[in-house]
Amino acid sequence: MSAHEQFGEDLVLYALNALEGEDRAKVEEHLASCSECRLELEHLRGDGALLALSTSGPKPPARARARLLEAVAKEGKIAASRAEGAREAGHPKPRWAWLGWAAAAAMVVLAALLWNENSGLKQMLAAKNEESAQARRELEDLRKVAAPILSPQTQRITLVSTKAAPQPQGKAFYLRSRNSLVFVANNMPQLPPHKAYQLWLVPPDGAPMPAGVFKPDARGSGTIVNPPLPAGAEAKAFAITVEDEAGVPQPTTPIIMIGTGE
Amino acid sequence: MSSPDRQTISPDLAVVTAVKSGDQGAMAELYDRYSSVVYAVALRVLGDTMAAEDVLQEVFLQLWRNPSAFDAARGSLGAWLAVIARNRAIDALRKRKPETDIEDLVVSVAPDLASEVDRSRAAEKVRGVLGSMPSAQRSALEMVYFQGLSHSEIADKTGEPLGTIKTRIRAGLMMLRKAFQT
Repeated sequence: MSAHEQFGEDLVLYALNALEGEDRAKVEEHLASCSECRLELEHLRGDGALLALSTSGPKPPARARARLLEAVAKEGKIAASRAEGAREAGHPKPRWAWLGWAAAAAMVVLAALLWNENSGLKQMLAAKNEESAQARRELEDLRKVAAPILSPQTQRITLVSTKAAPQPQGKAFYLRSRNSLVFVANNMPQLPPHKAYQLWLVPPDGAPMPAGVFKPDARGSGTIVNPPLPAGAEAKAFAITVEDEAGVPQPTTPIIMIGTGE
Repeated sequence: MSSPDRQTISPDLAVVTAVKSGDQGAMAELYDRYSSVVYAVALRVLGDTMAAEDVLQEVFLQLWRNPSAFDAARGSLGAWLAVIARNRAIDALRKRKPETDIEDLVVSVAPDLASEVDRSRAAEKVRGVLGSMPSAQRSALEMVYFQGLSHSEIADKTGEPLGTIKTRIRAGLMMLRKAFQT
C-alpha cells in the first residue's frame, strides 16, 4: 500500500464505488494529479476483482448465450449497413405500402433520396475499408518487428568485445503514446529462490514506477511485455533492481542496471 | 510479470483484437470463456437469475460495442469483466445509473488469471483468506462488495463507528492482496 495515507481508506471505498458526496469529489480531485494513487486505485480494483472471482454458482442458461449472440449478430448487421449510424438518423423509413397512387410519387422521391444516401454510404464504406486496410498493414508491420523479439524460438545473439565476458544487458522499447513497453534482457545472472529482477520506469520527477518483474531463463534471458503503467508516464530512464518475485511498489535494493533513452 | 504476464495477456488479446474487427465467433469464444464468471458475480449480488442474465447480456454487449475499452496492456480480461459485472449488478440493485465508465476502469491483479484453472486456484485462495478473517471484517467486506452498501450504511446496520468500518474494509482487501504476494 503506497497511496497517500490521508486518502488511503477513502481510496479503498472509491475503488469499490462505495464513496459518495464530498468525500468522493475530494478523492477524484486528488486522483487527477496523483499518479501514485491512480496506480493504487488500479490495484485496489484488482483486489476487488479477486473477491468477485471468488464467487461460484450455476452456469448461465443456454438461452443467455443464444440471446447474446443474436443481439451481437443483429448489431453487427446494423453496424455493417449504417456507416457510423449518423446518416440513418436523419432518414426515418417511410411507411408507404398502403398509400396507393400517392405512394408512387413518394417512391420516386424516396428512390432519389436512397440513391443519394447509397452513394454517400459507398464513399464512407470505401474510406472505412481504406482505414481498415491501413490498420491491418500497421499491425502486420508491428508483428514483423515484434516477432523476433518475442518468439520463444528466437536465437538471441549478443555481440560483445572478444576480450570481455558477456555482460548483463537490457533493452527497453517504450512507446509512451500507446503506453506500451517491451523489455528484453540477456546474460542475467541466476537469482536465489523467490527473487526476481524488477524493472522500473524512472520519471523525470518523483519515485520510480514498477514496470514488471522477470526471472531469467536458463540462458539468462528474460522479457517483460506491456506491464501495467500509468497512462502517458514519461520515462527519463529505466532501471533494474533485485526484489521479491511478486514485485514491490518501490525499490528496496540498490539499482544494478540503468539506461537512459538513446 | 514477464513471461507469466505474456501468457496472461496474449490469449485474451488475440480474441479481443478479433472482436474489434467485428468477428462474432471471437465474441462467442469470449462469452464461453468468461460468462460463468460474469453470471456468478451478478447472481451473487442480485440473487435473481433473470436480473443476473440481464447484467450478463449488458456486460458482453458493452464489450462487443466497445472492445477498445479493455486495455490488454494493463490487466486481465477476466478481472476486468468481473469488476464491470459487479459494478453493473450493484447499479441494478440500487436502481441507479452506471457510476463508472468502462473506459475509465483499469484493473490490476497480481495472480495469473488466464485459464480457468488459474481462476479456480485464485478463487480457492480468496475463499481461504475470507474464511480466515474475523467474521466482522468478512461481513463488512461482503456488505460493501456484494451488497453495494456505503460505509455509513454499514455503520448504521452494524452500530459500529464509521472509522472502524473503513478500517475493516481496507484491512480486508490488504489481506487479500498480501495472500497473492507471498
